[in-house]
Amino acid sequence: MAITVRQVTKRFGDFVALDNVSLAIPGGSLTALLGPSGSGKSTLLRIIAGLEQPDEGDVNILGEDATDVPARKRGVGFVFQHYAAFKHMTVEKNIAFGLDIRKNPRAETKKRVGELLELVQLQGLAKRYPSQLSGGQRQRMALARALAVDPKVLLLDEPFGALDARVRKELRAWLRRLHDEVHVTTVFVTHDQEEAMEVADRIAVMNEGRIEQVGKPRDLYEHPANEFVMTFVGPVSRLGGEYVRPHDLELTLEPNGTTERATVERVVHLGFEVRVELRLEGGDEVYVQATRAQAEQLDLSDGQTVYVRQGAPVAS
Amino acid sequence: MLSRWLIRVTGLGYLLVILAAPVGLVFYRAFENGFGAAWDAVTTPDAVHALKLTLEIAIIAVPANTIFGIICALAIVRYPLRGSGVLNAFVDLPLALSPVVVGLAFLLLYGQQGWFGPWLADHGVQIVFALPGMILVTIFISLPFVVREVVPVLREIGTDQEQAAETLGASAWQTFRRITLPAIRWAVVYGVVLTTARALGEFGAVSVMSGRIQGQTETMTLHVQGAYENFDYTAAYACSVVLALVAIFTLTLMTAFRPKEGR
Repeated sequence: MAITVRQVTKRFGDFVALDNVSLAIPGGSLTALLGPSGSGKSTLLRIIAGLEQPDEGDVNILGEDATDVPARKRGVGFVFQHYAAFKHMTVEKNIAFGLDIRKNPRAETKKRVGELLELVQLQGLAKRYPSQLSGGQRQRMALARALAVDPKVLLLDEPFGALDARVRKELRAWLRRLHDEVHVTTVFVTHDQEEAMEVADRIAVMNEGRIEQVGKPRDLYEHPANEFVMTFVGPVSRLGGEYVRPHDLELTLEPNGTTERATVERVVHLGFEVRVELRLEGGDEVYVQATRAQAEQLDLSDGQTVYVRQGAPVAS
Repeated sequence: MLSRWLIRVTGLGYLLVILAAPVGLVFYRAFENGFGAAWDAVTTPDAVHALKLTLEIAIIAVPANTIFGIICALAIVRYPLRGSGVLNAFVDLPLALSPVVVGLAFLLLYGQQGWFGPWLADHGVQIVFALPGMILVTIFISLPFVVREVVPVLREIGTDQEQAAETLGASAWQTFRRITLPAIRWAVVYGVVLTTARALGEFGAVSVMSGRIQGQTETMTLHVQGAYENFDYTAAYACSVVLALVAIFTLTLMTAFRPKEGR
């Protein structure tokens, strides 16, 4: 295990940010800490980095107890949501900072910075200042700066949170490729389940200072341990007192014993996918995710009566 | 169009009447009897001594307030404790108090009948009516400026950059030297200019604390006042010009160091 967190508790005044949290992160993995705001995911990341001290529990990095090791000696790379660019330094000075602190030979530093600039695709921008870069470029610079000192683990705190939707998508795919290239154990914090699913190979779902479930993205989606994970890692509808994925619901025009009667409120065409919003007889609202072909076959219109039931569960 | 000119004329007119006219008049009166007379007035032994004394006080008070000002600002913003709010409010005290009151307060502390006065006198240290006392009140009077300039900038830059430096292996001193100080440097420069101006121009507190002994504890402002009281107008105005020139020199120095694109 590259990182082991054992029974960590952290309080801010009366607020319990982390409640007896334990987590093991295997070497070389790309793990997402996923949860709503206030769930403690950033606090956990900052405790691993040494930027916060736990009230109880310990942190172990590559087999060594790091609980009392100051942040500057932990050998972690940290990337902040708002880049934390050194504004008065050029891109190359930013990236070289950690090496300069370590009094690395100049020629070696220069070579390393060149390699990193290429890795994060910022060649040609070495002499620019952070204010002359776009958000995406700044975050890639921050990533290169963190990687420059060959960190034991790389920690990213909502790294794409401040970027617009398009750049965020690009950077996600890019981070995934980068990790496949560099292989450093990486943990990133996000509140976006789609981002976690797309980028991470393991996800720890957090809620109210506790870890609800840890697993591969697909396992979480298909076998959620509890209601919270079910509702957080994907869309849900509620039918017959149970949560179901909207794409696991089946619509028919005739009742067949296991179905519930409902009225179509609205049909929303989202390209390939069609979202059918229904009102059940009891008054509850559910929505069904159907394919375009299914919707065309049923020829749905607003106000129409349909029958809905839980379809065959996804094979697992 | 009309309102634009109205704003310009009002703004400039205000500056002209309030600022330029009196200062210009001082320059005019200083050289009324020719450059030679003015030169003679500012090169008398007393005037030269007064200028030296003023600069001596500033050379100690300004660096002291710069270093401790930065430390105070860091304490207030970065390491707040319960009661830091009180410290923050305290910093403004010298702006709120009349300098004469400050001078009297120090007199009460360090004077012959004061709390510390007798003990200090027994140990051969004279504070009142001497240079140490004058430096002390000048430091007190010019304390708020660096703190006041640096605090908001420290708040604005936040802690992300400092924490990033920390995770990259920088010690507390390296982080301050390479990250924090460059980020606050213009605030510090501006604070230093204001502190210098205040230290050079201080009259009330120094007047009380110095005992105004000519050729010994007389600063430039006190010398101007003395000359004026003796109807030596040329000397009074010429020495004022010297003070003004020192202030203008400091301002120019700051402008030269300011970043091109502005803050």
